[in-house]
Formats: sequence, C-alpha cells, structure tokens
Amino acid sequence: MDVRSQISMVFHLDKCIGCHTCSIACKNIWTDRKGAEYMWWNNVETKPGTGYPTKWESQKIYKGGWEKKGMTIDLKAAGGLKNLFHNPNMPVLDDYYEPWTYKYDNLFNAPEGDDQPIARTVSLITGKDMDVKAGPNWDDDLGGSPEYARKDVNMDVLTPAEQQAMFQLERMVMFYLPRICNHCLNPACVAACPSGAIYKRGEDGVVLLNQKKCRAWRMCVTACPYKKTYYNWSTGKSEKCILCYPRLETGQAPACMHTCVGRIRYLGVMLYDADKIYEVANCDEKDLVKTQLGIYLDPHDPDVIKAAKENGIADSTIQAAQDSPVYKFVKEWEIALPLHPEYRTIPNLFYVPPLLPTMADTSGDVYETNTDSLWGKAEDTRIPIKYLASLFTAGDTEKIKVVLRKLMAVRHHRRDVTVGDIAKAEVKNIMDASELNAETADAIFRLTSLASFKQRFVIPEAHREEAMEMYEDTGDVKGNQGFGFIEKPERGL
Amino acid sequence: MNNFFFIGIPYAAFIIMLVGTIFRYTNYSFKYSSLSSQFLEGRVLHRGSRPFHWGVIALFFGHLIGFLFPSAVIAWNGEPVRLLIIEVSALAFALAFLYGLVILIIRRITNERVQVVTSKMDIYVYVVLVAQVITGIWIAYSYRWGSTWYASSMVPYLRSIFLLSPEIGAVVVLPLMVKIHIVTAFVFIGMIPFTRYVHFLVYPIRFAWRPMQVVIWNWDRKIIRNSAKGTKTVKSRNN
Ligand code: SF4
Ligand code: SF4
Repeated sequence: MDVRSQISMVFHLDKCIGCHTCSIACKNIWTDRKGAEYMWWNNVETKPGTGYPTKWESQKIYKGGWEKKGMTIDLKAAGGLKNLFHNPNMPVLDDYYEPWTYKYDNLFNAPEGDDQPIARTVSLITGKDMDVKAGPNWDDDLGGSPEYARKDVNMDVLTPAEQQAMFQLERMVMFYLPRICNHCLNPACVAACPSGAIYKRGEDGVVLLNQKKCRAWRMCVTACPYKKTYYNWSTGKSEKCILCYPRLETGQAPACMHTCVGRIRYLGVMLYDADKIYEVANCDEKDLVKTQLGIYLDPHDPDVIKAAKENGIADSTIQAAQDSPVYKFVKEWEIALPLHPEYRTIPNLFYVPPLLPTMADTSGDVYETNTDSLWGKAEDTRIPIKYLASLFTAGDTEKIKVVLRKLMAVRHHRRDVTVGDIAKAEVKNIMDASELNAETADAIFRLTSLASFKQRFVIPEAHREEAMEMYEDTGDVKGNQGFGFIEKPERGL
Repeated sequence: MNNFFFIGIPYAAFIIMLVGTIFRYTNYSFKYSSLSSQFLEGRVLHRGSRPFHWGVIALFFGHLIGFLFPSAVIAWNGEPVRLLIIEVSALAFALAFLYGLVILIIRRITNERVQVVTSKMDIYVYVVLVAQVITGIWIAYSYRWGSTWYASSMVPYLRSIFLLSPEIGAVVVLPLMVKIHIVTAFVFIGMIPFTRYVHFLVYPIRFAWRPMQVVIWNWDRKIIRNSAKGTKTVKSRNN
C-alpha cells in the first residue's frame, strides 16, 4: 500500500444555477492576459449541449484520454513520429471561439449623427473588427436546440426515438455542468508531454505545468480528454488549471469554489493507494466506477493511518481526510460520480447527478402532470437515465438509478420530517429501496443544504516546518508556475 | 575578404551559437519554445509544415553524412546508378522543403491571425532559409555532381574549421553560388540563439524511458516525519 493524499472535489449539480460566477472569478485571477483570453480553466456548460471546446467529449475527433490496447492501456493519440510537425487532433481557436472585446471608446467619441453610436466588436487576437460567431458558453440554456443540444456527443447512446422524445416541448430538459481540471490520478496530459513539463505534486496531487520546460509540443492539449490544458498562442507555452494552489497553501478555497453562488462545490482530501492506479486505469469498462472508488482508502482505518504516516503524510492532512466532505459524498454515501470515467484518467472531481423533474407521466397518450405522488419516481427522470449514464458511469444505468433513488429518498425523508404530508408507508418504501437510513439521509441533507464554508472546504494546513520551502524555492520546487520566476513571461523569438 | 567570409563568419557563428543558446537556455528558459501557431491556423500549416520539416531533416543528415564519411560517399557514388539515386533524392527533399517553405511564407504573410504572432526575426529566418534552399537547388542543378565534390573539396575545408586550422584554399575557387550557400549556412548557425531555430536544439530524449507519470515531491516523503532524520532530510531533485 502506497498511501498518498489528493485534493479532490465534489460538484453538486442539483445546486448549480448556471451563473458563471466561478468562471469569472477564475478568469479575473488567472487568465485575463494576452494569449489566454480564450481560456476558461473553469467553464460551465449546458447539458445537453456541445460544450467548450465544441464537442470536446468526442474522442473520435480529438483523440483524448486512454484506451485499452490489448492487455494494457495507452494514450489514444499516441502517434509516434508521424505527427511530429503537425498534430491533426488538436483543437484550434475556432473550436473554442475567437475572443473579442468592444470599442467602448466609440460610445463617447462618435461624431454626432442620426443613429446611436455602437461599440463594435473587435477581435482580441487580430485587433480587427469581427462578427461574433461563438463564445465560451454559446449554448447556454439552449437545452433543446437543434444546433447544440442535438449535437451533444452523449446523444449517441440514445435511440433516435429516445432522442426525439427528449426534444418534445413538454419533456425539454437541461442542467449545468461546471468543469475544471480533474487533477487526475492517471493524468493523460502528464503522460503525453514529451518535455516532461507536466507533473503531479506529490503532497496534494495538484497537476501543474512547468512553463519553463514546456516547448509547445501541445501533446497535452490533445491528450487531456476533458480539454483542460490550453495553449497560449502568445507566449507559445501551454497552461492549465492550477487548482489555485497558492490559495490552497494558505488555507483558502480555490477562487471558483470560494465564489460559487450556488454553493455546489466541496473540496477535501482523499487518501488513495497509488499502487492500484494501474489496476484501476486498466480495468474493464463496466467496473471503472467501482474500482475507482476502491482506490480511495478509509482515513479512519488504523492500518491506513499507519501507512499514511510512514509515507510522510502529516497528521493534519490525515485529519482533513477524516473530515473530508468529498469522502462522505463519494465513499460513504456513494452519491457522487466521476465525469466520463471511460477516459481512464481517474478524475478527482465528482458530480452528484442532477435530480431533474420527474413529474410528468407520459405512459398514455396524454401528458399527465398531476400524478398522485409529489415527485414521481426517481427512475422517471425527464432526462434519459442512459444519457446520465453516458456522462457519469461509462454507460451503467443501474448505478445512476441507485444514486437517483438515494437523492429522491432524502427529499422524501425531509418532506416527511418538515411537512409530513406523504404517507409514512410510502416514505418507508422509498427509503428502504434506497438503502438509506434516516440518520444518513439527514446527514446528506445537512451537508447538501446547510453546510458552512468550513464544512464544504476542508483544506489541510500548510506546515510551518515546510513553510520556508514553499516560500523560498517556489521557483525550483513548484516548477515555475508563474510564481517565483523573475523572468518576464514574454513570448520568445 | 575571403578570410572574413570563410574564417571570420564561421567562427563568429559557432561562438555566438554556443554562448547564445546556452545563455538563453539557462537564463530565459521561458522563451525557449517552438512557438507553434497551429492553434491559430491549422489547415495550411498541415500542408506546409510536413514537407518543410521532413525535407530539412533529410537534407541536414545528408550534409552531415557527407561531412562525417566523405570517403564512403565517394565510394558509394562510384557507380552511376547509386550516384543518381543520391542526387535525385536529395533534390526531391530540397524541392519538398522549398514547397513547404513557400506555403509557410504565404501563410505567415496572408493569414491575419498568424501575422499577429510574427516577429521580425521570423522574417529573417525565412530570408536565410530561402537563400539556402535556392542556392542549394541551383548548385545541385548546375554544378553536378554535388555529392561527390562536396565530399572531396568542401569537407576538407569544414574539417579544417573544426580542427582550428582553417584552410580556405579549396573554397575560394568555388563558384559564387556555392560561396553564398556556405556563408548563409554559417549566418544561419549564428542566428540560432536569436530566433525560433532554438527549438531544434532541444530533444525530449528522456521521454523515451521516463515513466509515464511524473510526480514531484517537495521533500523526501519517507523520512520527513522522522524527527531524528528530519533536519538532514534531502530535498528531492526537481526540474
Ligand atoms: S483533467 Fe486533463 S489536464 Fe487535468 S489532470 Fe486530467 S488529464 Fe490532466
Ligand atoms: S458559481 Fe457555482 S452555481 Fe454559479 S455556475 Fe459556477 S458552479 Fe454553478
């Protein structure tokens, strides 16, 4: 057992209101620079939809992530010398969007005329006038649109009839999917970098990209199946989400999480067994979620604690792992799932799937909303279970149903406690089916709805005895992330 | 004059190249990059970049082999068929290189987005490369057979440069085109530290055997908690 600690996250999709505050917070701190205008280390997309960059989930186009090759796994895009001078699978600017700003000046300085002056859009790349054709969230809220929703890559798992049904007016459905880098346990970006510029920090598992070692191979951009490494066209270096590590080291939550209006985000430590990484990444597709959960260790188990200490994990980190909200969602309650586990990078960002409206009954010809029960059955969710399964469980619908049942049970239980208008027998049935007891349901409810800042973000302390290290050698030790290198981050010749 | 072109420039070029690249590598590693512009324009790049790079690599190794094993090249060229093979393939690579280069130049000049990331140095790079390839093709066409006389009269000169006792007798009598080819080659070498040429000096050799995953620790984690050894803990080697 090789115990390591990993900062992991849970996003509770039922709570996301799609306000994009997270994206703006991140943009203001990290990517409001030349060459990085188009980057959204944190982005929020509408599902069903094509996302950002367009159709990033289609590994037929972008060849990201790992795939099984015989007995083992390899990078899907591992191309050898053939692609040395041109990387055909890399997304280009138009797959994201051309960033722009407005000529605000014109509003004040335009000569007097018959028309109101306007602020024309100008490209942030060429500085010339441009027409805006796409943006980072161009499909925002367009859950039923032919242009976006129907082209969602996950639609492929549905039959044409099912797809058709999904776009009937009465069944129209959408939810938000906020995404950041998953700080994976088996990161494809790291494995693909010829320069060895990308690495995982041993202490907390944050995946960083050393800008001084990057030579613009851009293999990471292709390799990351989530498209969470970006190429800075101006500096000629790649960049990625750094999980706000300077904030983490000083005990603050990452900016996207701190600002989250819907309070959907949780962050905490997970202890895991690094010896099992290969086994998990290499397992059968249907076992992916199960084996991934198996890699995370119980921080209360004395053996685990002992092994963790032997590996130099600080007591405070072990303590943080024990209090981790992520551990509760992912392991104890098993209601949070990884996004696209079939990419085999073992992502550390988990999602509580949305419990979308289930009120409609369409079994007959008539669309019936006034069912007897308040919420209907979890399985009758408006969005096809298959669709959710394609996102979160590599196609295992049963697993999604189990999670949805639990979420529904919590609702029934709390309704029973606070209002009490549902028949006791029914509540009991639903609770039994979900295999939750009242106590757990209450705990889920509390952490979901009432959790304080400190409960949502359990960040292990930085250590005084290592503080000098963090302070003094940021350049060498942290791999020059923009902290601690004096050289101006300017484009070379 | 000849001394300046065939002794002065070569030595200046090598010294500038060595000092400059090492200085840039150690002090300005952030500026070490191939500065790919595929992100801004991919389709035309695809057509130009591949013939360009494969062509230049083949030509580079062609010249290198001739330089290292001149007698082997002469022996090989002893038979007309083999001579023809070498000359034709060299010419083919040169044409591929030229074709790619032209596409890349047009792309850089006409594409608005690529213009934004074009520096003055990039233009100089193109000027030198164009001079190189045009003179090269000219030579191959008009002074046959280059692969043989390169081995017999150029290589001794180049050797003498490396051996620090330059003998320019053999080159001063060569035609003008050849002289231009030689001098621009040295200018090219001297330009390396100031241009995007630097990218061909760094090879990710370790990629071949390093483990897939890279994990970096601040401290040696196995002994960091051990108070007896704590103060002696060595930092792990990073970067
Ligand atoms: S999400 Fe992508 S960029 Fe982030 S660690 Fe995983 S593979 Fe790397
Ligand atoms: S800030 Fe929170 S609620 Fe708003 S879009 Fe981002 S994740 Fe969703």
